[in-house]
Amino acid sequence: MAPPRASAPAATPPPAALDGPDSALRAAQAEPLHPPLSGRQKTLGILGAAALVAYPFVFNTPFPQHVMIMIFLYGMMAQSWNIMAGYCGQISLGHAMFFGIGAYSSAFLFVTYQISPWLGMLVGIVIAMAAAAVIGLPTFRLRGHYFAIATLVIGEIVQIVVQRWEFIGAATGIWLPIIRENQLVNFQFNDSKIPYYFIALGFLIVACLAVRHMERSRLGFYFRAIREEPEAARSLGVNITLYKSLAFMLSAAFMAMAGTFYAQYVLVVDPEVVFPLTLSILVLLMAVMGGVGTLWGPLIGAAVLIPLSETTRILLGGTGGAVDLIIYGALIVVICLFKPEGLIGLVRQWLPAPPAEREADHGDS
Amino acid sequence: MAILEVEGLTKKFGGLIANNDISFRVEAGEILGLIGPNGAGKSTLFELLTGFYPPDRGAIRFQGHPIVGLRPDRINRLGIARTFQKLKPFQNMTVVENVMVAAMQHTANPRKARTQALETLSFVGLLEMRNAHAKALSTGQRKRLEMARAMATRPRLLLLDEVTGGVDQRSIPGLIELVGRLRREGMTLILIEHNMQVLMSLADRVLALHLGRKIADGTPTEIQNHRGVIESYLGAAYA
Repeated sequence: MAPPRASAPAATPPPAALDGPDSALRAAQAEPLHPPLSGRQKTLGILGAAALVAYPFVFNTPFPQHVMIMIFLYGMMAQSWNIMAGYCGQISLGHAMFFGIGAYSSAFLFVTYQISPWLGMLVGIVIAMAAAAVIGLPTFRLRGHYFAIATLVIGEIVQIVVQRWEFIGAATGIWLPIIRENQLVNFQFNDSKIPYYFIALGFLIVACLAVRHMERSRLGFYFRAIREEPEAARSLGVNITLYKSLAFMLSAAFMAMAGTFYAQYVLVVDPEVVFPLTLSILVLLMAVMGGVGTLWGPLIGAAVLIPLSETTRILLGGTGGAVDLIIYGALIVVICLFKPEGLIGLVRQWLPAPPAEREADHGDS
Repeated sequence: MAILEVEGLTKKFGGLIANNDISFRVEAGEILGLIGPNGAGKSTLFELLTGFYPPDRGAIRFQGHPIVGLRPDRINRLGIARTFQKLKPFQNMTVVENVMVAAMQHTANPRKARTQALETLSFVGLLEMRNAHAKALSTGQRKRLEMARAMATRPRLLLLDEVTGGVDQRSIPGLIELVGRLRREGMTLILIEHNMQVLMSLADRVLALHLGRKIADGTPTEIQNHRGVIESYLGAAYA
């Protein structure tokens, strides 16, 4: 406690730095909003895009194509989780439910009413977003771990309900009939994986463009403010419940999209496969391992973990004897110890940002 | 005209009465100082005025409209901004991004928000630090950042919690000068401040709290010589 101190005339005038010349302000205002891409980044981008297009034609056997399709699919899901947790700071352990909603919506509508899975996907997205809004309403009052636990429990409940819900096939799930005509409309390609490859790639690109746009818009600023200091965000006029809900809904939408893709890819949906906790965890692991709160992190995570699990599955047969999970665990430990910000940290070392993005030197006031 | 009218404001935490029947008015353009020993209820009063805690009793009117029961973000949008005693910068965002969050209340366009944010940063003297992460700032700089953020929401009334608290002596004059310039811009201010010297140079009027009650309300000179205020800080022996 400090007693009121009387007197002593106010000391020295303010430092001269206070009112910088107008020119400094004008110069600062003229700076680009986002650092331009470096030549190296551009070259890498073009080479990468060309490689992605050429890949399925170079590796024209099912397995390497399947691995890439899974990387795209999981990359999209990790990106979706990243919107919610990486940017907005709300950790969900129940994201599989939105994947399941997407898979079931399109599969059910197709089998029952012969509605194109593309339309079914839109329905699934709407249902998933509505579910996210409804779940968010009571649970966003919970902080930190309690919110994560709530989503985990809700995810489990949804799975149990679907397992017993006869109307949508209960534990057997839904088997999609194989249809050979109108492949594009029916979202089924039985002769080749190449269409799936490009659709998955397209979905992933849509998700990444959405995140890039979000990141640079008011939405992204509000999300990050909520992640960093929710109270301060509120004091600056941010309706945190509304914006957390928007993050949750956006995230759920991309999970549902991935769900429909998966249903059309394997043509079977059942509660064990599309609603499991392990899926929620896997998606989280990829995002965390790659680097949350960044555009590229989740993609890097998926690109590292998917080949790992697919390869162990091939080498060890069946489900891979869970060896992939042992390796995941070890990798997580290694990354936490040496690169807590995720593998993206390594990439940034190789691909330094242009000078504008680096931190200014620290002065003192 | 009174911009803020507070009547019979009361807040209890269990058995503790943090604010007990507090009433006062703040005129537009005025700087009101808020003093009192630790635990007097100053910060609680800020929490009530900005909607972070609901009061148990009492009324708050801002520009004539009752604001009790409104969410903090609504109250901010009506025109009351605040800083926190325990500073809350968005640590992993840059200085300019911190202020852009606030400026985005008035524009969804990031470029416009950045232009406005830089003007505010220039006003508080943080322009040079614009691209540093908030976590890299000194305490004095963080106080400036928090003021910049609050100002960028363009409030009518600004509540500043301990502008000079926890700041090295060297930085204090600059912060005082900054508050002085806010006043010249016509901002209405409520300051929580322990440093009497600061209050003497800034405040038009001072409100003294002790154990949750208002014990005095007057000019800084009156407050300085007020028996109850001296007793509350130093004990009856000094009064």
